[in-house]
Amino acid sequence: MIYQDSKTLLAVRDLHASVNGTEILKGMELTVRSGEVHAIMGPNGSGKSTFAKVLAGHPAYVVTGGEVEFDGRSLFELAPEARARAGVFLGFQYPIEIPGVANSQFLRLAYNTVQAERGKDELDPLEFDDFVREKMKLLEMNPDFLGRSVNEGFSGGEKKRNEILQMALLEPKLAILDETDSGLDIDALRIVAGGVNQLSNKDNAIVLVTHYQRLLNYIAPDYVHVMEAGRIIKTGGKELALELEARGYDWVGAEAEANARASA
Amino acid sequence: MNTATGYLDGLLQGQPPASALSWLNQLRANAVDRVAALTVPTTRDEDWRFTDISPLTKFSFQPAQEAQPLAPAAIEPWAIGEAAARLVFVDGIYAPQHSFNRSGIAVENLGAGFTSHAAAVQAQLGRLAAFERNAFAALNTAFLHDGALIVVPRELALAAPVHLLFIATRKHAASYPRCLIVAEPGSKLTLVEDYVALQDEAYFTNAVTEIALGANAQVQHVRVQRDGAEAFHIANCAVSLARSSRYHAVSVALGARISRHNLGVLLAAEGAECSIDGLALIGGRQLADTHTLIDHALPQCSSRQLHKCIVDGAAHAVFNGNIMVRAGAQRTDSAQSSRNLLLSGKARVDTKPQLEIFADDVKCAHGATVGQLDVDEVFYLKSRGLSETAARNLLTYAFGAEVIERIPVASLRQRLEASVLAQTEQRP
Repeated sequence: MIYQDSKTLLAVRDLHASVNGTEILKGMELTVRSGEVHAIMGPNGSGKSTFAKVLAGHPAYVVTGGEVEFDGRSLFELAPEARARAGVFLGFQYPIEIPGVANSQFLRLAYNTVQAERGKDELDPLEFDDFVREKMKLLEMNPDFLGRSVNEGFSGGEKKRNEILQMALLEPKLAILDETDSGLDIDALRIVAGGVNQLSNKDNAIVLVTHYQRLLNYIAPDYVHVMEAGRIIKTGGKELALELEARGYDWVGAEAEANARASA
Repeated sequence: MNTATGYLDGLLQGQPPASALSWLNQLRANAVDRVAALTVPTTRDEDWRFTDISPLTKFSFQPAQEAQPLAPAAIEPWAIGEAAARLVFVDGIYAPQHSFNRSGIAVENLGAGFTSHAAAVQAQLGRLAAFERNAFAALNTAFLHDGALIVVPRELALAAPVHLLFIATRKHAASYPRCLIVAEPGSKLTLVEDYVALQDEAYFTNAVTEIALGANAQVQHVRVQRDGAEAFHIANCAVSLARSSRYHAVSVALGARISRHNLGVLLAAEGAECSIDGLALIGGRQLADTHTLIDHALPQCSSRQLHKCIVDGAAHAVFNGNIMVRAGAQRTDSAQSSRNLLLSGKARVDTKPQLEIFADDVKCAHGATVGQLDVDEVFYLKSRGLSETAARNLLTYAFGAEVIERIPVASLRQRLEASVLAQTEQRP
């Protein structure tokens, strides 16, 4: 939701980034203020997921230009773990399976690390167990998932619920959810979206990276951005998503080209 | 090699006095003959190609003549609360004051068992662990004296574990631990064979373990090698399985400068099953070598093997896993996996799965991987706030935990998990 007294959480200016020597982001611009929900849409290969991973600090992506300010600090001066502690959260498109690490152990370690950074109390295993079970109800998750290895053998929907569970525990200021809707059936989509809506408040912001409009039926965005070839080429309200659903992406590109010619 | 021959002869100093039992004297004498004929293996021997044992020969090791007195508190760190019986050996010498037996079965010093269980001992001792071509097994047999004897009577299931604890206290001591385990038909046993140290100087442990399973017997065998940092640890373990018996082993190697574990499992009758899992977690300039042989001698047996190595620093892990399927051993079902994690640029692993199959109706799967920590796994943990070090330690621990989780003794499993976590966290 757009609030009058909001503050800028994320300011991306002329961001360029490469992977394996190929430039993927080519002048990305985006401003996100507290309380807002943004959707970044676009065809495959437009750079949506790269943008999400660059913000989280994946080592395979090299920033070659531009700057990103997060909550008043230069984001790229922070290591990935420092970004997480400062309140950046990436919901992975493909959550990683970690055999041998119990989900409860992982969740508690992450929670306590972030709590310690915020000067708050850490929880011992018993206290944490009660706390996490409450959070799991939000996502209608079976507590059995605490005892299993992180994401190992989870279905696509279970992995995504586990991602949103982490978001619920870590209470980030900025959550970037990368294709959180992919691989979800309609019931799982409803539950995951419901969880995200409950976590959204006037002090945090959510960036949804998605290929399809479907998710936006459940999480109403304040802004919809269309990415192509590594930058945002059009921004609108949530009605833009419906138009994209009906007409596809091609016309946006054509319109942007026409605008570019007109201003040249 | 004359010098190497001379070295083994030197180790023969300090042999136990002659026994009143002529068969025992004969067995020792046969072993002495083999020691005299054999040499210390070198890297020119195929079986020792990757393991240079020559640093051993720079030391003069002698067996301890009497047990070092230890306070009960000295044993406490290794005590296993669940144990029904415990035998403690200090530098290879039986320490009855630290041992107990509440199991109701024969768990006793082999020295006493030579007479109390003469028939069983005479029938089995030295039969499974052949020393004809194995200098170290021969050396151990030449020193036959103290050791562990366990006889589980027919159809008896002992739920609580038996703990065999070998403690090294003396610099430059040689010890020759010997274990003979007889699981009579239909019996069940959980055994913990545990090598620990109260010192970090060089010493030499040369162990032989023989385990005979009768029909339908079940043995769970946990072996923990946490010797001192400068120790040499050589072990030969030979297991024989009768019809429909089951043997499950988990071996964990954490200590010693150079260790070599030979494990031979003979599936000697139809329907026998084994699983042998191993973990070596080493760093610095340690070398840990595991050689296993699973011998499918008869039809319809199954074997499972998971061997993992975590290698840091300039350490070197060796795994040679031989699966032999003899002619006629039809409907053999075997799977072997060797997985290795290298944590530094100087760490090294040599892994060699070796299948020899002489039957046609068999299922044999095997695989080996050598890798580093997965970049995406590390990033995933960091993206949740964990530091680089915490993320790497957690993943390293998790890699080893898959083997440790299979230890059927809860208190030992928990303590090893904690010590593996501590060992991974010690890394700079």
